[in-house]
Amino acid sequence: MEDKLTAILTRYRENEGNLISIMQDIEHEFGYLREDAINWVSEQLDVPASKFYGIATFYAQFHLKPKGKNVITACCGTACHVKGSERLINSLVKELNIPDGDDTSEDLKYTVEKVNCVGACSIAPVIIVNKAVHGKVTPDKLMKEIKTLKEGPKKEYTDYI
Amino acid sequence: MNKDVSIKVCMGTGGIAAGGGEVMAAFDRALTQRGIQASVEKHCSVHQVGCRGFCARDVLVDVIVDGAKATYEYIKPDMVEKIVSEHIVSGTPVAEWLVKDGYDDFHNKQVKVLLADCGELDPEDINAYINRKGYEATRKVLTTMTPRETIDEVKASGLRGRGGAGFPTGVKWESATKVDEPIKYIICNADEGDPGAFMDRAIIEGNPHALIEGMIIGAFAIGSHKGYVYIRAEYPLAVDRLRKAIVDAKAAGYLGENILGTGFDFDIKINLGAGAFVCGESTALMRSIEGRRGMPRPTPPRSTEKGLYDKPTVLNNVETLANVPYIIRNGAAWFAAYGTEKSKGTKVVALTGKIKNPGLIEIPMGVPLRQIVYDIGGGIEGGKRLKAVQSGGPSGGCIPVELIDTPVDFESLAKVGSIMGSGGMVVLDETDCMVNVAKYFLKFTESESCGKCIPCRIGTKRLLEILTRITEGKGREGDIELLESLSYDVMASSLCGLGQSAPNPIMSTIRYYRDEYEAHIYEKRCPAGVCKDLLSYSIVEEFCKGCTACSRVCPAGAIIGEKKKPHKIIQDMCIKCGACFETCKFKSIRKG
Ligand SMILES: Cc1cc2nc3c(=O)[nH]c(=O)nc-3n(C[C@H](O)[C@H](O)[C@H](O)COP(=O)(O)O)c2cc1C
Ligand code: FES
Repeated sequence: MEDKLTAILTRYRENEGNLISIMQDIEHEFGYLREDAINWVSEQLDVPASKFYGIATFYAQFHLKPKGKNVITACCGTACHVKGSERLINSLVKELNIPDGDDTSEDLKYTVEKVNCVGACSIAPVIIVNKAVHGKVTPDKLMKEIKTLKEGPKKEYTDYI
Repeated sequence: MNKDVSIKVCMGTGGIAAGGGEVMAAFDRALTQRGIQASVEKHCSVHQVGCRGFCARDVLVDVIVDGAKATYEYIKPDMVEKIVSEHIVSGTPVAEWLVKDGYDDFHNKQVKVLLADCGELDPEDINAYINRKGYEATRKVLTTMTPRETIDEVKASGLRGRGGAGFPTGVKWESATKVDEPIKYIICNADEGDPGAFMDRAIIEGNPHALIEGMIIGAFAIGSHKGYVYIRAEYPLAVDRLRKAIVDAKAAGYLGENILGTGFDFDIKINLGAGAFVCGESTALMRSIEGRRGMPRPTPPRSTEKGLYDKPTVLNNVETLANVPYIIRNGAAWFAAYGTEKSKGTKVVALTGKIKNPGLIEIPMGVPLRQIVYDIGGGIEGGKRLKAVQSGGPSGGCIPVELIDTPVDFESLAKVGSIMGSGGMVVLDETDCMVNVAKYFLKFTESESCGKCIPCRIGTKRLLEILTRITEGKGREGDIELLESLSYDVMASSLCGLGQSAPNPIMSTIRYYRDEYEAHIYEKRCPAGVCKDLLSYSIVEEFCKGCTACSRVCPAGAIIGEKKKPHKIIQDMCIKCGACFETCKFKSIRKG
């Protein structure tokens, strides 16, 4: 872990980065903001960990808990909303057993993320399954997609340690 | 074979989602197999191009043989072989796959300035841009003009900010020059937070160098040597293309030190947003670039006096900046010839929702809304009736069908209680409930409120609670008046534009659709049939053929009945998902 973090810090010093970019790199590297990673960086930079958590809880992009192996991003933007995204999301949450008030299934297989608009509104409603954008999604298409996810080879979302 | 063949495949986010990458690969393969590529390397090329606005029909492919262009729609990889053998080799286009039905109307009724290059040039190739007069404006400004002249030119064009407020760009630049301070910054706002808007994404994906050029010119005008692009992380393709464009521009000598030998230095850095709508607001955005929680501060002092790191800073939207090179190249008078007296130039609009041809369009300011919806958008999908057009995102309002002739410019939209905003337009039809639309936007602003000021943090929450209870059939007498007075207070006392405009969707829907609110509150009825708690589904026995389709799709198992006999919905078990309603071929399910 420390090697990866050292690399992140080097990059940050070279590019005159800021705390947010460090945290984005950590999130990208580990899939979420690991507590030990935050503590380590906080000591190295002599910046209190509370500063990191202040930022983490402000921005929607940061996660304090690990994400599932498969990340499904559902658009809740206006165009998708009027095209029925709410129903798609409800069935996603139900089919993938995502607990109430959470976004990741207990077995850490699936994360259902909601975002405000992915900018592909003319093919609304939009669902992104492991970075592949699917447009004009219907309940049927979604069910098929979920089925392939459940049966198919597990795609790794990011490198885990 | 001695033909000049060029193939352009749409590779914006929409094109890629529809399989643009595979289509491109299929062309490559089919051509290589035939040796076309090998024998006439120079004359045959497969390009990717940015979004041409009509993503609903992707993958769109242009095949240009000896200058004659044919455009295909809905292309899949397995169709490529036939196009290559019949069109490219034998010379007869595959008629049944060519674009039809409104495609030409969609494009011909627009006036494309910014979008003219999107969809024509390869966004990852700086030479493609340079060949279309790219970076001429930079050269002109840096070698023949003074900063003062540059500002005067932009002022004369009448260009106003495309990010929402419509502030005159030249005036903003000028005020930054009045502060005596060696370090100044220019920032491009590519946060595009309004849901349902994607013009900035399309411009960056399709023509990133126009934005870079606009920033160089702006930096020269105000005397800045460092610029930032604050772009949302939700736009990975735009980020990649912009990154590459910056590297290429640097290698070509348009960015970095001593640009074009003029002694002017300027560099651009990309900052990724982290998913907070409020960071589109200027002071919050600057905090975020500094690596802090993105919370707005009271103004004045304005950012042009004390902005990023307390230095004078100019913040402009993507579309605003991308207009600048075209203004410099063609002259202020050319730009000012488009549009109305107070709103000059063209505007890129994201047309979405219940429209036949959703997409990205560009029109001169002042065009009536009707023309956008019907002539370009092709009217409402599915033969339904138009109800309203929502413009300006969460800070905007609804323009009802009766006002469909409203000209689309800053002043006219404000007059009818909406705003231009960043240019997102969501078309709503008779099956959309206006109370629900207002609730949707309040849910958005409530969750995106940063919490720094109380009117916005608590006010939006209360507003949302009232709207929620109305849609759940628990509305009370006096709720409409309560919404109005609370909206007024939140608008008057919030710290930043988020709170000041958050009640707009409520105010505008009450203004035009008060009867719908009343139906929810007093009659416990949702006229559009959207609000679940005010709905019930039942089966009309006479029409039911007992085909069992509904009972098979019902996720709650609430529909019973024997084959070939009328079915029945058990109301206690019904979760009102509407699946049966959509499945029934005999229209025997009644909603109401
Ligand atoms: C809550 C809020 C969100 C905003 N979001 C954006 C945005 O996503 N993109 C944008 O260009 N401007 C946005 N703005 C407007 C900017 O504050 C600013 O006015 C604009 O970027 C200035 O550029 P312009 O003069 O070129 O329009 C937002 C404003 C507020 C109050
Ligand atoms: S609203 Fe879903 S992509 Fe824009």
